Amino acid sequence: MNQAPTPRFHGSQTYVASEDLRLAVNAALTLQRPLLIKGEPGTGKTMLAEEVAQALDMPLFAWHIKSTTKAQQGLYEYDAVSRLRDSQLGDARVGEIGNYIVRGVLWQAFESPEPAVLLIDEIDKADIEFPNDLLRELDRMEFSVYETRQTVRAVHRPLVVITSNNEKDLPDAFLRRCFFHYIRFPDRSTMQAIVDVHFPSLRAELLRNALEAFFAIRDLPGLKKKPSTSELLDWLRLLVAEQIPPEALHAKDAAIFVPPLHGALLKNEQDLHLFERLVDMNRQGR
Amino acid sequence: MLIDFFLHLRAARLPVSINELLTLLEALQNDVIHPSLEEFYFLARTCLIKDETRFDRYDQAFSEYLRGVTAGMPAPSQIPAEWFLQNLRRSLSAADVERLQKLGWGRLIEEWRKRLQEQDGPHHGGNRWIGSGGTSPFGHGGAHPEGIRVGGPSRGNRGAVRVWDMRAYRDYDDQVELGTRNIQLALRRLRRFARDGTELELDLPDTISSTARNAGHLDLKLVPQRHNRVKVLMLLDVGGTMDEHIRRVEELFSAARAQFQHLHFFYFHNCVYDNLWRNNRRRFGERFETRDIMRRYNRDYKLVFVGDATMSPYEILQERGSVEYDNPESGAVWLQRLTAHFPQFAWINPEPEALWPYRQSIAIIRQILGARMYPLTLEGLTRAMRVLAR
Repeated sequence: MNQAPTPRFHGSQTYVASEDLRLAVNAALTLQRPLLIKGEPGTGKTMLAEEVAQALDMPLFAWHIKSTTKAQQGLYEYDAVSRLRDSQLGDARVGEIGNYIVRGVLWQAFESPEPAVLLIDEIDKADIEFPNDLLRELDRMEFSVYETRQTVRAVHRPLVVITSNNEKDLPDAFLRRCFFHYIRFPDRSTMQAIVDVHFPSLRAELLRNALEAFFAIRDLPGLKKKPSTSELLDWLRLLVAEQIPPEALHAKDAAIFVPPLHGALLKNEQDLHLFERLVDMNRQGR
Repeated sequence: MLIDFFLHLRAARLPVSINELLTLLEALQNDVIHPSLEEFYFLARTCLIKDETRFDRYDQAFSEYLRGVTAGMPAPSQIPAEWFLQNLRRSLSAADVERLQKLGWGRLIEEWRKRLQEQDGPHHGGNRWIGSGGTSPFGHGGAHPEGIRVGGPSRGNRGAVRVWDMRAYRDYDDQVELGTRNIQLALRRLRRFARDGTELELDLPDTISSTARNAGHLDLKLVPQRHNRVKVLMLLDVGGTMDEHIRRVEELFSAARAQFQHLHFFYFHNCVYDNLWRNNRRRFGERFETRDIMRRYNRDYKLVFVGDATMSPYEILQERGSVEYDNPESGAVWLQRLTAHFPQFAWINPEPEALWPYRQSIAIIRQILGARMYPLTLEGLTRAMRVLAR
């Protein structure tokens, strides 16, 4: 297997990774075990796999899970219907079963000639049994194809990054085989670093006011979906595009106010409504 | 040394396995980290703890273990007053300082030193010693109005508070009662059990593929339906002592409502008798006979009581014991009838579990229900759902 020294991940130019996150990635790289990432939506779980792949110059294979995804689809699928059709049409290919085996993402990652990153995105969307069905495949990095009696083994064990939104509990046996990292919502200084990475030329004043407004909204009690990092970045992008002056983001006397383009931060109608009511109450209170 | 650490974590009720310990050792052997305590803390966490709700317990266990290891460090009584003062100022607001000054700084510090000398080990939950969760003016997580917050009792180090002593994951612990973030998780747990179903339907794609495999001979395939087939009958206690739990019960209720297609609910007060009602405002006008409800909903329904079960024991055990009207049959009889009719039932109690042994009425109801009472916490709801799903 791979004898070259293990590469190390140090964050990248476009991704701010905290110390513990870097450590978790490096542990997973060194011991070649899957890394499970959890965290609030919009804290950059999926981005991580992309950034690691880019920083270490490894190809990325992404498998996005839906509620209907089956573990088998990541390995391969036997396209029996095509074969049935071909047999009716008398196609010559029909004799060879291998012609109807469609390779899944896992197979592609296993076959990659260089070490790769395999992203299994939002594993919790699938059925509860889904992770259990992948135990052996991720442990041994091999599986057999029943139809052709063939065993597929990984050339290099890929770095497996699995993300979860906590919609379902994952089975213990699965968890035990993974490294685990929980991405916390970044504090103010980390957030500043993240924004700096994405908007290097943003005016300091605008950023300060925007962050203030952002954290004030996050701190409001009762919001169904608090705005997260990705929403903040979108909002800043809008502010820059619309050339909003920094003063517009600063209320002279109110604790909370409606900042421009706040629809980018609050995406839930109830939240918007609640927010506007709170601001109103605040205004009348004085 | 790490075996001790491992056993210490297990003793702290953290479900760590030997495999995970071996992974950690392997990582150490492979020089994943530089030899530093903080990196070790992160590495051990990423290897051993697989759930952010356990991070807080891990932080505490780690801190405690470390205190054992570093017992040879300077004794607590050697803390210089300057350090203490600085720490104190940093953690108090201006208003606190003003209030404290009335009490006198000098006296407070004198007290602190005296207690440090008398104290022989960490104390948690008391009202005198320095520790956490108590009402002593010293320590953290306590309730003394003029208390001094000490950022974790790790008096061995004089610099900044270490990562594990910050206990940043306190909010995620599943032993705490449900918050806004946590209720969403609980809601999802309810979804899991709502997904079970026994109905069978034709699986068209599988039938086609199986028929193709079968060389064209028809081979029917059936799968369990993924529809939400679970039927829930919820009986909620309203009014009286339940008022303080309204918010959490509301959250649970709206979560259940979004989750179950077949959710029916009725209200009762304190205990179930021969009548229930559906609209609290018209509770005296519009009543439903409990017997009727048992006829209308068959045993497929899962019965969930939500109530604090806090009342006088007479309200359960005596005929005519209700506080509201003359009930011909006792609440206990009705509870037995209901639970006999609906074999799958659970009682969710918003009162903290630690209080239960001190309430006679809770003990009585638990006994009638065969101990199927669960606290309104994540962990309690999970247990309740498990019992209901059986």
